[in-house]
Amino acid sequence: MNVNDSRMLVLKDIRIRLQDRLLFAPLNLTVHPGEVVTVMGPSGCGKSTLLNYICGILPPAFEARGSVRLGGRELTGLPLEQRRIGILFQDILLFPHLSVAENLAFGLRAGHSRQTRRFRVETALQDAGLEGLGGRDPATLSAGQQARAALMRTLLAEPEALLLDEPFSKLDTELRARIRTFVFEHARQRRLPTLLVTHDPADATDAAGPAIVLDRAPALSDGNPTAAAADPENPKTAPPPVPTAPRRP
Amino acid sequence: MSHETRRRAGWGATALARAPALTLVILLAPIAAGLAGTLLPAFGWLPVVGAAGFSLEPWRILLADPGLGQSLALSLWTGFATTSLSLLLALALLATCHHTPWLRRIRQILAPLLAVPHAALAFGLAFLIAPSGWLARWFSPWATGWDRPPDLAGFGPQDPWGLSLILALLLKQTPYLLFMGLSGLSQLPVESWSATARSLGYGPITTFFKVILPSLYPLLRLPVFAALAFSLTVVDVALIIGPSTPPTLAVRALRWFNDPELSWRLPAAAAAVLLTLLVLASLAAWEGTVRLLGRLSRFWVIGGWRGGMGGIARRLALGGGGMVFACATLSMWGLLLWSVARHWSFPLAWPERWTLENWTGQTDNLSAMIGATSIIGVAATALALGLSVACLEHEARQRPTFAGRSLWLLYLPLLAPQVGFLFGIQVLLVWTGLDGGWPALVWAHLLFVLPYVFLSLADPWRAFDARYQQTALALGASRARVFWRVKLPMLRGPVAVAAAVGFSISVAQYLPTLFAGAGRHATITTEAVTLASGANRRIIGVYAAVQATLPLLGFAVALWIAKRRPG
Repeated sequence: MNVNDSRMLVLKDIRIRLQDRLLFAPLNLTVHPGEVVTVMGPSGCGKSTLLNYICGILPPAFEARGSVRLGGRELTGLPLEQRRIGILFQDILLFPHLSVAENLAFGLRAGHSRQTRRFRVETALQDAGLEGLGGRDPATLSAGQQARAALMRTLLAEPEALLLDEPFSKLDTELRARIRTFVFEHARQRRLPTLLVTHDPADATDAAGPAIVLDRAPALSDGNPTAAAADPENPKTAPPPVPTAPRRP
Repeated sequence: MSHETRRRAGWGATALARAPALTLVILLAPIAAGLAGTLLPAFGWLPVVGAAGFSLEPWRILLADPGLGQSLALSLWTGFATTSLSLLLALALLATCHHTPWLRRIRQILAPLLAVPHAALAFGLAFLIAPSGWLARWFSPWATGWDRPPDLAGFGPQDPWGLSLILALLLKQTPYLLFMGLSGLSQLPVESWSATARSLGYGPITTFFKVILPSLYPLLRLPVFAALAFSLTVVDVALIIGPSTPPTLAVRALRWFNDPELSWRLPAAAAAVLLTLLVLASLAAWEGTVRLLGRLSRFWVIGGWRGGMGGIARRLALGGGGMVFACATLSMWGLLLWSVARHWSFPLAWPERWTLENWTGQTDNLSAMIGATSIIGVAATALALGLSVACLEHEARQRPTFAGRSLWLLYLPLLAPQVGFLFGIQVLLVWTGLDGGWPALVWAHLLFVLPYVFLSLADPWRAFDARYQQTALALGASRARVFWRVKLPMLRGPVAVAAAVGFSISVAQYLPTLFAGAGRHATITTEAVTLASGANRRIIGVYAAVQATLPLLGFAVALWIAKRRPG
């Protein structure tokens, strides 16, 4: 196992049930450092549920099993704040009571001197093309500027993986392409394993990484008596895994 | 549409358009007049007692009173201690539970406490924690060695710090602020904010204080102000469980108002004005402190400290919430026990002999009290419902009227000290010959019922999906018909709950009945508080139990209506 591999995000045999119905066929997926894997599927296929599971914030109505490993750590059972997973949501969610620079400082971990903190925030603002906007109220920024600020805040917290929950879906097409490139560049630069959930094929094309499509689980595990046959404890009857992301050469 | 219906619709629309203005006049005119009616006697003008010239004599008498400083300090201390403690506890519960299923459980557990009048809880608490109370009985004589009630300083009349008063107020304020906080949280994107902050590594409790609270507090500001103003000026609870030597400023003012020597009303009015100024200054000081804390905490908010899981904090918060709940529950059971006790001597933990005579001996008086309480409560609630629905319906059809700043006006009756303007209202009522009449009584109750009814109705009313109405209108129904046959039946649950809230507020009123009723009308609450000076726990138990049960019955009916299918 090389250094890169120890930083990958590995999902193993993930099954999520809602009222005994399997949302999608058991999922196996490996995301390598610097790679963007796209998860596609129609709305309601369980894409966001999968992200919630990876974050550990699945509502109690769901029943889930499987393993999520990041950088060699088992994440299952850990609270979200200890997983070191950065998330970008559909809504950009800069905190309204903080200025743009304060939002970025919120992402920084404690323990640096005041000067260092200020310097790192300033650098991040420059990286995002937001020089001079640090003192502004986030609501006065354009949608694209907000999206870049939100990414910077996430990156300053030094996550070990990045989850993107349709983060561009509220932007118009042109802006969307630019922000997408911006986010992917930063994710690759920091060699973060990145999982992108979207229903827009253009997102997947741009990600230039493996794409998988979440499908309804096969009918046999649809809560009818034969579902028992698909029990993962019984390897012989477990359904075949869905296409796993191809490994990088 | 016939000519007739068009005219009716026009009349209805006009009435709706006037509703907000009418509501404000109903609320604000008595308060303005009442404050004026208190201000004038404070400066020596009260012709009824033969004082017709302006002078500072009332203030001289007031300021010369030796206990005034102590009363002032006691009011300030109990007011600020109660409000800070209950706000802290409510926030701690919200912080530790905002992302867990506990939130819903706490809500269900504490809901009944909102309905129980302050006075009934105060009686129950007094029966629980007095030196001869239930708690002492459990531990006596085997643990404490007491076989007669100990003569302890630190309770009731001899409680110089007003600790029992603070605890009694805490039992009501904590659930109140918790519920206001919950309603505030439901207006914010709490889940997304929380997930974002936690994905950045912040623990759930730190997340609440750094991310959610700065946006939640503005929604809590008015409820916190109302809690502070209430704690500073409360009379009935202070009469029941507060210190008496010296009493709080509000109680002192009331004593002078009730003095057989009528000239005492002048310094009493001065004391009421002083109390009003005290409330204003306290609200300003509170707001100043909150802003200062907000500014000082900025460094902490963006400093990067993540906090932990907060397991200890959660246990502390749940423990505090549990204490409040346990105290309140035991208080209620204590009232019921005393109401059926024939003989219950210290230090026995349970009555030796039981009887229903405490109840049967009171039936005549009780039914009169329940009758009067219900008439006033139902009338004030019905009026408040009508006005609130009219205002909200006007708002839905036109544009917001009660939003934003005018919310302040709605809160005014809850912020102004009751002693401060009710005396002035009484002066005016006597002057116009309306004192002691039912209309005056109902109006006085309406001042306090209306804000709560409006507030509890506003959210569901505004959240109503207008498409139901549009669908019905498209089917050819008139606006009036759509309102009566579609909207009102669909909102019957919130309307029923708002009615129950209004009724419970009316049942709990003490000073409005006292001042507007001119001593001719008594409700279950005024009767119970009057009994407080006597020491017959059995009779107090009966009245306080009835006082607590009436609002709960109201809520039971409301829930039944809400669950029933319309038709």
